[in-house]
Amino acid sequence: MTDLLNAVLVIILVMNLFALGTSRINAVIRTVAIQGILLGIIPLLIHKHLTIPVAIMIIVAVVIKGTVIPTIMIRALRDAQIKREVEPLIGFLPSIILGAMATAFALLIAGQLPLASQHYGTLLVPTSIATVFVGFILLVTRYKAISQVIGYLVLENGIFIFSMLLVEAMPLIVEMGVMLDLFVGIFVTCIIINHINQAFSSMDTRHLVSLKE
Amino acid sequence: MLSVWMILTAIAVLGFSGLPVCLLSSRSVVGQRIATLLMFLGSIIGLGGIAVSFNEATTPTLCVPWFLPFGQFMVTIDAISILFLVPVFIVPVLGSIYGLRYWKQSEHQENGQRLAFFYGLLAGSMALVVIAHDAVLFLIAWEIMAIAAYFAATAEDDNPDVCRAGWIYLIATHVGTLCLIAMFALWRHATNSFALMPIVGIPAETAGTIFVLALIGFGFKAGIMPLHVWLPGAHANAPSHVSAVMSGVMLKMGVYGIIRMTALLPMPAVWWGGTLLILGAITGVAGIAFAIGQNDIKRMLAYSSIENIGIIIIGLGLALLGRSLNQPVWVVLGLGGSLLHVWNHSLFKSLLFFNAGAIIHAAHTRNIDQMGGLAKRMPLVMVLFVVGAVAICALPPLNGFASEWLIYNGLFNTLGFDGNAGFPAAAIAAVPLAMIGALAVACFIKMFGAVFLGSPRCESANHAHNQPLSMIMPMAVLAVGCIGIGLFPIIATVPLDKAVKIWASLPVQTVSITTAVPLGWIAKMGLAFVVLIGVIILVLKNLPRAKVVSRAGTWDCGYARPTARIQYTGSSFGQMLVSLFNFILWPKTDLPAIHKLFPSTARFKNIVPDTILDRLIVPLFRIAGRYLPMLRILQQGQTHFYVLYILIIVIILLICGSIGV
Amino acid sequence: MTDKIIHILLLIVMPPLLLGVINKTKAWFAGRNGPPVLQSYYDIIKLLRKGMVISTTTTWIFIAGPVVTLAAVLLAGMLIPIGSFNSPIAFAGDLILFAYLFGLARFFTTAAAMDTGSPFEGMGSAREVTFACLSEPAMFFAFLVLAKLSGSLTLTHMLHGPAEGFSSAMAAPLILVSIGLFVVLLAETCRIPVDDPNTHLELTMIHEVMVLDHSGPLLGIILYSAAMKMFILGTVLLHIILPFQTRTMWINWPMFIIELLGLAIVIGIVESIMARLRMRHIPGLLIAALLFCGFGFILLVRYNQ
Repeated sequence: MTDLLNAVLVIILVMNLFALGTSRINAVIRTVAIQGILLGIIPLLIHKHLTIPVAIMIIVAVVIKGTVIPTIMIRALRDAQIKREVEPLIGFLPSIILGAMATAFALLIAGQLPLASQHYGTLLVPTSIATVFVGFILLVTRYKAISQVIGYLVLENGIFIFSMLLVEAMPLIVEMGVMLDLFVGIFVTCIIINHINQAFSSMDTRHLVSLKE
Repeated sequence: MLSVWMILTAIAVLGFSGLPVCLLSSRSVVGQRIATLLMFLGSIIGLGGIAVSFNEATTPTLCVPWFLPFGQFMVTIDAISILFLVPVFIVPVLGSIYGLRYWKQSEHQENGQRLAFFYGLLAGSMALVVIAHDAVLFLIAWEIMAIAAYFAATAEDDNPDVCRAGWIYLIATHVGTLCLIAMFALWRHATNSFALMPIVGIPAETAGTIFVLALIGFGFKAGIMPLHVWLPGAHANAPSHVSAVMSGVMLKMGVYGIIRMTALLPMPAVWWGGTLLILGAITGVAGIAFAIGQNDIKRMLAYSSIENIGIIIIGLGLALLGRSLNQPVWVVLGLGGSLLHVWNHSLFKSLLFFNAGAIIHAAHTRNIDQMGGLAKRMPLVMVLFVVGAVAICALPPLNGFASEWLIYNGLFNTLGFDGNAGFPAAAIAAVPLAMIGALAVACFIKMFGAVFLGSPRCESANHAHNQPLSMIMPMAVLAVGCIGIGLFPIIATVPLDKAVKIWASLPVQTVSITTAVPLGWIAKMGLAFVVLIGVIILVLKNLPRAKVVSRAGTWDCGYARPTARIQYTGSSFGQMLVSLFNFILWPKTDLPAIHKLFPSTARFKNIVPDTILDRLIVPLFRIAGRYLPMLRILQQGQTHFYVLYILIIVIILLICGSIGV
Repeated sequence: MTDKIIHILLLIVMPPLLLGVINKTKAWFAGRNGPPVLQSYYDIIKLLRKGMVISTTTTWIFIAGPVVTLAAVLLAGMLIPIGSFNSPIAFAGDLILFAYLFGLARFFTTAAAMDTGSPFEGMGSAREVTFACLSEPAMFFAFLVLAKLSGSLTLTHMLHGPAEGFSSAMAAPLILVSIGLFVVLLAETCRIPVDDPNTHLELTMIHEVMVLDHSGPLLGIILYSAAMKMFILGTVLLHIILPFQTRTMWINWPMFIIELLGLAIVIGIVESIMARLRMRHIPGLLIAALLFCGFGFILLVRYNQ
């Protein structure tokens, strides 16, 4: 089971880098959606027997991350009529390299962290750290509001992976709360994006600087 | 003992071979011929001495006390010395033959005598360096070598570029020597003797310090990045046969120093090998990347020498790692590959420098962007260049491949097979090595294409002509060496195995190169490749209508008036790679902005200066030159001030002593 | 012995078929009928029966280019195992020879291109050597992973995996490596998104532009060796992505052929649904491939001890 789990986690890592390297926002949204669905599979691979709370969590996660959120975002994108991130703060290639360095860093330090021994063999911890890093890189380096939402989503994916370690200890309701927060957050942001777009006729967050005064 | 005397005689003959030129008239070419003859004789005696030493039961050593207060005259010819002696006895003599026409005494009256004298001295002192087994003797030989190389390289010292390169060389080599003096002082302190004999049981910190000092001191000579600053300028501005000797042989003296010192020190720590692996990878990749950025044919070759030193250092690092972790296979493959690469590099790099000399002689420029089309004008030189270029790119079936193959095998072995733990981090060095290989192909295709292929871009390149036999012959000898070692690397394994065993003090019956890797396959595959080419050509010839039906101009894509100037130059060829590596190269680009619909004539310029020298050291020296003169206040020129200084120092020392610092 | 003969026969006969299948797939996607699957054979045979037009600028290097390339590629083809069978030639360290034979081929192809003095061909060869500087290290990272997994330095054993077969624990690094190698395959064989084999705009090409001046049998040899290169790299990739064999030996041959044709279809699909990348973005793609293979290695060393 661990081996299959690791394979899935590696695919998630690859998707992180893909999200950093492509300029088409549509493609990034789809990547993150698939990543969300893959995340839903992970609990199946960790737990030998499926409990009802876990099953509910899987279904909710897959539905929200895999379908609902991407749909909202793609709609927002269509309304705002943009297709790609034109000029990120740092180029696509440097951000891939940055992401790769973050991933390598996560892989290297994960072994040093004081973890329960059953987690050493899996890639759960490094993947979650790397995904969080990639989320941050997306948040920091992209200008378009929608790309920043994607960064936020990737960040949350990373945290979700980490919560897999604690799934027995953590009550279902907490996870549900996080999921709800995420959903509401993105829903609201997508509405805001529309408004930014109407107010500034662009989705560039740099224009928000003019709100300073 | 006979071998020691023969080699000492050879050194004397080589060292003073330039005297006849100095004694005869500066117009006479007779002296030059006698000098070449003497070098030839000396080399024959030296090679004979090497052959004799193989049959001697014990390691021949000669040890006599001398008049100097320190040390003694002690020389030993062991397997490591022999490996480095071979290039010393082969390359300089070929260079001397080459110089008969390249630097004809009657055409270079003002500096020919000086060049001849120091050229011989350089050869002799290098041979002395590798057999000296006493620190003081070693340093004396080392210093003679450094000075002789300076005078030989700056033969044309009326040219400001040559002077500048000479000064940088002189400063760099003496900073290196300073480190070596510190190292030998430490050595003396640790062993109570100047003799270079293996030591046991010195503290790990002392051994580490000696290693670092040796690495820096010898690193300056070998051209390890970032200590390579003197190398490109000195090689580019020296006469080509001197560049060949400097690059082919003298750089290896630095490598020899590192190898010798690591052989003498006991039990290397893991970080020694690790440092060398990292340094080697950086030196190799950065060296060849800089080479791609150059337009001067000799600067390109000089940077490519740095790259090859990087490869040698990678092998050495692997061997050290093998010694620390007690893995004889790594030692054998790492050191064996690195020593074989020392030989190989001295063969193909000298060949390429001779070649560059012939090209410069014919085209009257060093800038490859102005050449082109020399293949039709100098076909023989071109064939020899192809041999050298294929060899230096480490492509099968020539010799560069054989040595890199050994190093690769060693690196892959660090992955740890058959339950062996291994050290997989070291195996990553195979990746930069692969990158070096691909970059080397880019570099030499750039050079080959710009110099020999296409049509000539300037008038002098158009009138280039074949070179005389005395310049072709030395290249041909080296090319035969490249092919020989490439097809039959097995012949080199006996001396290599011996040297490896001395270096690592391995017992006799442990692994050898031939048991560690199936070297015979390299020969078989090389021959198979040659046969395959023959078969394909035969088939091609026998196709029913495979004949040249017509000859026309190159397809110009519909452009009506193609000229030689629209060809891709060396600079444009390297442009993409230069921008890919601009984080280390920092090219200075002069890009004209295009404004109007019909832009006027514009010039594009792209220069790759040496990052370390031109962006770090020169500015530092400039700052030092601005502020350090303030210290001149101290120099009053009056004696009592100096006495006062002495008094102050004494007081400070007394205070320090009393606090116990 | 029979296996060796089949190996050599497949190596010599099959490569042009891959080009045919790729073109057929692309035609199908474009809604065309497309040329027959065997068209590449017809092309090569036609070219071999023609005379040559040679530029006045060129020297013997121009002819040496295709000849050396074919010899190098053929020899490299002898080193790889096909399907579940061992390669005809195998020795420890043959993987390095394998990689460097491609380097040799590249040296002479690019030199032959420079020999014509055409600016376009210079452009093509500059691109070829530049991209190789990234794809070759990626290939070596992949080799490191395979060598570590199989505990051998012989391509035959490396590609067949450890004696008990690839275990599922190796899946994670192998996924990364196969992604990296697939990009290397596309780059080395000059397919979309790196290069477009169909374009006729000289400024945007890599491989096709290098052979603008070759004609007749020389061009035939070039086409043939390019196809063979794809055959070889595809075979290498197949060992990693489809490491399944049956017990009955003879079935493995047709199985291999079907797998390879499947790979050709995949390449055709990639070519149909993707556009060629802009030239200055290609290094990014190759660096990504290098990183994937590198990660594979780190994962393997760090987590599979």
